[in-house]
Amino acid sequence: MNTSGLNKVIENTNALCEKSRICRNTFKAWVQLDSNNLSDGQQLAVKYFTVAVILFFAQILFGMLAATQFIYPSFLYEILDFSVNRMIHINAMIIWMLYGFIGCVYWFLEDESGTEIVGLKLGNIAFWLLTSAVTVVVLVYLLVQIGPGKDSSLWFINEGREYIEAPRWADIGIVVVMLIFFYNVVATFSKGKWSGIAGVLTLDLVALAGLYVAGMFYMTNITHEQYWWWWVIHLWVEATWEVLVGVIMAWSLMKLLGVRRKIIQTWLYIEVALMFGSGILGLGHHYFWIGTPEYWLTIGGFFSALEPIPLVAMVVHAVYDSGTHAFKNGNHPALAWIIAQAFGNFFGAGVWGFMHTLPQINMFTHGTQWSASHGHLAFFGAYATINIAFFYLAIQHWRGDVWMGGGSQNAWRWKWALGLLNGGVLGMTIALLIAGYEQSFIERAIEGSTWAGYFTAQNHPSFQSAMIWRLFFGGITFAGFILLVWDLLTIGKGETRKALMIVEN
Amino acid sequence: MNEIPLWASESFWKKMAIWVTAGSFLILVVLTMDSLTKTSAGSQRVPAYSVINKKIDYQYNNVSHKFMPIIGENEFLFGKEFTDEEARQLVDLGKKTTQAKNCMNCHTLLGNGAYYAPDLTKAWLDKGWISKEIREDMMVKFLMDPENNARTFGSNRKMPNLKITEQEAKGIIAFLKWMSSIDTNGFPYNFKTINAEE
Repeated sequence: MNTSGLNKVIENTNALCEKSRICRNTFKAWVQLDSNNLSDGQQLAVKYFTVAVILFFAQILFGMLAATQFIYPSFLYEILDFSVNRMIHINAMIIWMLYGFIGCVYWFLEDESGTEIVGLKLGNIAFWLLTSAVTVVVLVYLLVQIGPGKDSSLWFINEGREYIEAPRWADIGIVVVMLIFFYNVVATFSKGKWSGIAGVLTLDLVALAGLYVAGMFYMTNITHEQYWWWWVIHLWVEATWEVLVGVIMAWSLMKLLGVRRKIIQTWLYIEVALMFGSGILGLGHHYFWIGTPEYWLTIGGFFSALEPIPLVAMVVHAVYDSGTHAFKNGNHPALAWIIAQAFGNFFGAGVWGFMHTLPQINMFTHGTQWSASHGHLAFFGAYATINIAFFYLAIQHWRGDVWMGGGSQNAWRWKWALGLLNGGVLGMTIALLIAGYEQSFIERAIEGSTWAGYFTAQNHPSFQSAMIWRLFFGGITFAGFILLVWDLLTIGKGETRKALMIVEN
Repeated sequence: MNEIPLWASESFWKKMAIWVTAGSFLILVVLTMDSLTKTSAGSQRVPAYSVINKKIDYQYNNVSHKFMPIIGENEFLFGKEFTDEEARQLVDLGKKTTQAKNCMNCHTLLGNGAYYAPDLTKAWLDKGWISKEIREDMMVKFLMDPENNARTFGSNRKMPNLKITEQEAKGIIAFLKWMSSIDTNGFPYNFKTINAEE
């Protein structure tokens, strides 16, 4: 037996480990973050935030690959096809936002409940479980990509359903992780103290976890399959996620501006009533054209037209509270991102959603770049922003509650990152909207949605130039992301002034 | 004035939130049960899988003012009449294949999915297959070897080779034929089928 080969492998592995250890230490010395500033729950939260940022990067990267393929269709053809890039683009988004939300909740759980997290060890195990599962799923997406038309493909490779492509084994893993998370939330509040925020959060998490199960079944009947599929997608992103964001926003406004709890919680209940009152039956706007009965045209049209109302309420809430407190706060970047959230949510989810939600219009916009336009602004405006706001809250605390108010050093970085990210996403949204208008007109209205009509619209110069602008603004978004990461790693470094203390008033 | 009116109080909105949520959810559950019954395979809106034995068309209905699927006389798929169970199995294979090959991240099905390739809702009826005589053969060949049978319509976008077997291709075609018979409330509008006279 040849052992010298084996020895060499072991040697190389050791050298590699040593190298990565040195890199890690150099990075730690450079970044100068002291984890003693964090409670146990917060240490768990920043793990989630770290993975969220990495997946955010993946989202942008694969989005840009897919955007490039619209312009150069032979780019990475049969290596990383559009379907693979697009799948990772949207999956990375869903997962990074979930990581962010879980991180946010772990971040404020101890503060809100007034006690230590009950199942901290379990929470850590769940984190590593989820992270390894996500890694395996992404590797299989990249390396295996597709399988034969058998159940085993759906169980181990890809379920082939937009947004919830994760294979079935991973679905089960996600449910287990969500249950552990849910246990931690409930048990911690039970041990400490309950609050209005805690109650809304708990009920929302029950719905969030329960709804996921609705998407875990294979069905031959595509009408039934899409019916349940929308239960997950819509009732997540247009109902339970929105309420979750309302909860996170409520806590943040209390901490950032010192808004009184009574006001915050009353607003939160108003938002829940409006959000679920419009969003649950607003689900009907996905049931116009999938084979479901005609009454959905009325119900879906009516209730989804009401969906912007809670988002207006959230804008009023955030802006009014900021105004009454004269924008006096201890973390300028975080508050800026919270204001960006209020407006992004209103325009992206509210206005852009409303624009094509009535069936008479949706008949022509359904399945065109209109949806992509809405999707980009809504997901970014409603969910990316609030997570980024929280990243800034976390990093401030991690640095030992340093000054992040006016006159901070290198403040241009967070301002430029904010501008580039928002400008980039808005630019993509407008480009996609133009493409969507053109498609609705040429492909849908004039050509009657035939394949020839589809390609006539795709080949049209106004569509083609829209795709170039989209890629350009994708690049702007990417630049904003790089600056954001740089800023997050360096903001407050060497700052000696302490943060402004905000008290409830 | 320190008195908070009822409509602005925390407890009022708490109750409101609970009642509105519970009420909406209850209505959704009732509507879901009704919708699922009305759209089970074999219902009026969603025909039985054995509809693949029939001629399917899609025409404007002057009474309801919308486009509707028309199910006609026998028109066998691959020259064979399928029993109910055989038809179900074939459509099932096709549906499963569309998921395993991740079709939805380029195409839309019933208008849902990605926008890099054409909608498949009425793909079976599309004029792109030139004539009914060569349609089935063209579809099988295209699905099994899309690169050499590319249908790019001047876009340079080609479907990749997804290693679809002949049986899977036939399943997909059966699935597409069945899907084209679903009553989609008139979506897509103004679609001219392969059956229509020029």
